Amino acid sequence: MDKKQRSKKQKSTEAPRHIFQLLWAVITNSFVTGFIQGRIYTGSLKNLCVPGLNCYSCPGALGSCPIGSLQSLISSRNYKFTFYVSGFLIFIGAVFGRFVCGWLCPFGLVQDLLHKIPFPKKLRTFRGDKILRKLKYVILLVFVIILPMVIVDITGQGDPWFCKYICPAGMLQGGLPLTLLNEGLRDTIGFLYAWKFVILAITVILSIIIYRPFCKYICPLGAIYSFFNKISVFTLRCDKEKCVECGKCGKVCKMNVDPKEAPNHSECIRCGLCEKNCPTGAISCNWKTGSNKNSENIKPENNDEY
Amino acid sequence: MKNKTPNKYGIAAAVVGVLMMIFGIYRGEAEAVLAKAVRICLECIGIG
Ligand code: SF4
Ligand code: SF4
Repeated sequence: MDKKQRSKKQKSTEAPRHIFQLLWAVITNSFVTGFIQGRIYTGSLKNLCVPGLNCYSCPGALGSCPIGSLQSLISSRNYKFTFYVSGFLIFIGAVFGRFVCGWLCPFGLVQDLLHKIPFPKKLRTFRGDKILRKLKYVILLVFVIILPMVIVDITGQGDPWFCKYICPAGMLQGGLPLTLLNEGLRDTIGFLYAWKFVILAITVILSIIIYRPFCKYICPLGAIYSFFNKISVFTLRCDKEKCVECGKCGKVCKMNVDPKEAPNHSECIRCGLCEKNCPTGAISCNWKTGSNKNSENIKPENNDEY
Repeated sequence: MKNKTPNKYGIAAAVVGVLMMIFGIYRGEAEAVLAKAVRICLECIGIG
């Protein structure tokens, strides 16, 4: 199969996932009045977090961003630790793992779509790729946990460092629409806005060249869910008896995972592309319900490639 | 055989997660999330 045919096949097999992602993004950001009036939803649904990275200052957002909520409680003078948001992340991670990244995150969808824009030389990997993937864990530890907890003002209140200085989703979903629609906010734009705009622009350009650069290298939420890929109830399996070692699964994976060797690799976003491209049906994405006849021969949870 | 049923560690972690959420709600953390989320987060949008 030549390159063109292969990408055509991938396109058709990815369409159902993109439709699902789009529907989820629209449902969870369906406060239309916000987009018309340049304001945000203030109802009680915002007690609840959504599983993916979704800025709660997006005019349409009906739920809260888990990373924003985590920082807001950690940096708050009253709490410093949050059972509610940590419990939510543990629950979602334990049930879904990084399925959230592949299917339920609006910013993941944005990067998926950007990567479909043609570019002369797409980068599948590069020197330093493996080590750079660790950066998201450093960002989680430093910008989401330590700095909001430790650097506080005289009243004991800290800042949401990741939201403030790094998150491009906040600029895309909140900053851009609100400053376009709300004149009062537009007048207060300064250096920080420019800084975050540049981060967003870099993310957009890189997403055209590299598949999901923000997810691979920066996202603290993906980092949290990646800890759960090995134990999550929703999982990926490779049936050793059916596998003919053709290597197609590893070749189609845009996260650079080899699912026949490491089906529950921390970088796997459960997109299902390998499952769809496996010629013998050896790979399956499911809930470990016991339906697989060769379950004894399924490859064990595996060592990380990175 | 061990792979036939959902991962027991996954289920155990999910239960722990739910218990933590319940305790967090009891401590009033859900209201704190709401209070933050219903105001435009100036840091998020690059203003504050
Ligand atoms: S890594 Fe982060 S931005 Fe990417 S899909 Fe997962 S939660 Fe969303
Ligand atoms: S291993 Fe399969 S499901 Fe996981 S990211 Fe790669 S192609 Fe998608």
